[in-house]
Amino acid sequence: MSPQTQPDPFMRDQWYPVSALQDIAAGTPRVTKLFGQRVSYRREADGACSASTEDRALPVLQRYGCLWTSLGTPGELFEIPEYTEADRRNVAAGTVAVQVSAQRGIENFLDMGHFPYVHTGILGALPHTEVKEYNVEETPDGREIIATECLFYQPMASTVSTSGADVEYIYRVPHPTCSVLYKSSPLDEKRLDVIALFGQPTGEESFRGHMVLSILDDVNTDDFISYFQLHIFGQDKPILENQMPKRLPLDPRAETPIRADKTSIMYRRWLTRHGATYGVIPAQG
Amino acid sequence: MPTLYDFDLSADCYKVRLLAAILGIPYDRHNVDFFPGMKHLSPAFLAVNPLGTLPVWDEGDLRLCSAHAILVYLAERHAPGGPWLPRDPALAGEVQHWLGFAEGLATSAGAARLAAGMEFDLDLAAAQARAHQLFERMDEHLWFREREGGNWLCRTLQPTLAEIACFPDVMLSEEGGIAREDYPALRRWSDRVKRIPGFEVMPGIFPAKIGA
Repeated sequence: MSPQTQPDPFMRDQWYPVSALQDIAAGTPRVTKLFGQRVSYRREADGACSASTEDRALPVLQRYGCLWTSLGTPGELFEIPEYTEADRRNVAAGTVAVQVSAQRGIENFLDMGHFPYVHTGILGALPHTEVKEYNVEETPDGREIIATECLFYQPMASTVSTSGADVEYIYRVPHPTCSVLYKSSPLDEKRLDVIALFGQPTGEESFRGHMVLSILDDVNTDDFISYFQLHIFGQDKPILENQMPKRLPLDPRAETPIRADKTSIMYRRWLTRHGATYGVIPAQG
Repeated sequence: MPTLYDFDLSADCYKVRLLAAILGIPYDRHNVDFFPGMKHLSPAFLAVNPLGTLPVWDEGDLRLCSAHAILVYLAERHAPGGPWLPRDPALAGEVQHWLGFAEGLATSAGAARLAAGMEFDLDLAAAQARAHQLFERMDEHLWFREREGGNWLCRTLQPTLAEIACFPDVMLSEEGGIAREDYPALRRWSDRVKRIPGFEVMPGIFPAKIGA
């Protein structure tokens, strides 16, 4: 791997999560990486958080349970309106470091086809392997990808599930390394649970995934919700780390998609159109 | 009911869950968010185990704070004289050898996994190099065992605690960047472990038959 690849402007000028806020204690700064650069972050005595590289202070934002920063000039962070609804449980459920590009991580998050094989007995079960037809489109302003009407049979869709059910999913990709997933709540059929994966590209072929939930669950402790999410992400990790190449190929001929991969195809096109080169293998010519 | 203080992604905790599953021992699990929460260093957990290590097995009047101690206790308590901890002097010694060897796996392959996946400040390259040395020894040993008609680390007809203690850090090694392509006997052995009746997986470890 090259010593230090610079992020392209599209990737650089985004907000990125570096930590769950609850994991930042006052005092000693903690160090992480963003695009291969060392970034330290800390909580000041007054409770505010700051982030910096070795030679400059970085902009910060506290949102969705995370500390966000940027090496460039970021615009507005995407909205998750549900996060402010009073009766929801907002849980920063954990952080996992994965040795593969952040875009590979997002692509895996968008894929329903692996549920029965990788999350057996929880998010899927054999022989219920079919990914039924669903819709994918870009929002009119081109800022987001939305996949709707995704139906999948899940034995234990969430921490409050008591039996298997066909669960409806909606996926949003409002950011090159973040995705927000909505799934039917077992507690209230009119409302949706929100599960977000916020990717922090630590390098071209490594990322930290921060999982944030905003869900209807009046039963379980934060601790159990966190355990459930870490358990699932822990199952994905070895699959992700065995993917080759470790960066996401954007050339449509580089990998052979099937119908179930519609969202991934749209995601790859979207990254190409925005000129993403970091963490991906751009299409030639 | 005994309580297991447990972290789902911990190889040491998985050793206990694996043996408990095989022997059919019920317990309550108490989740301790080791990473990223660092709850093993919280005052609440240090009151349970001043060493701040996981797993802990708590039966009220008995509290054991190391994975191998718990394995020995559970085997003797629930399957006394059984195959997991043989009474034969030579075989008992062999099991102890592999429990010690497993400590070496934890401080090499296990440490590499903590450095690569949980950002622990450890010497990743040194841990990986040491793990490869140990895997090579294990692979060679298992190859000779297979030549003698044996399936397991000790010269027993059935698996022992040696399997339970060594298996997790071997199977999770790729998370620490340690591939097992060069150790075919080790891979065959790990497939046999996965077929022990009652075998249970953890995140990062898949069953012998996918989807099972």
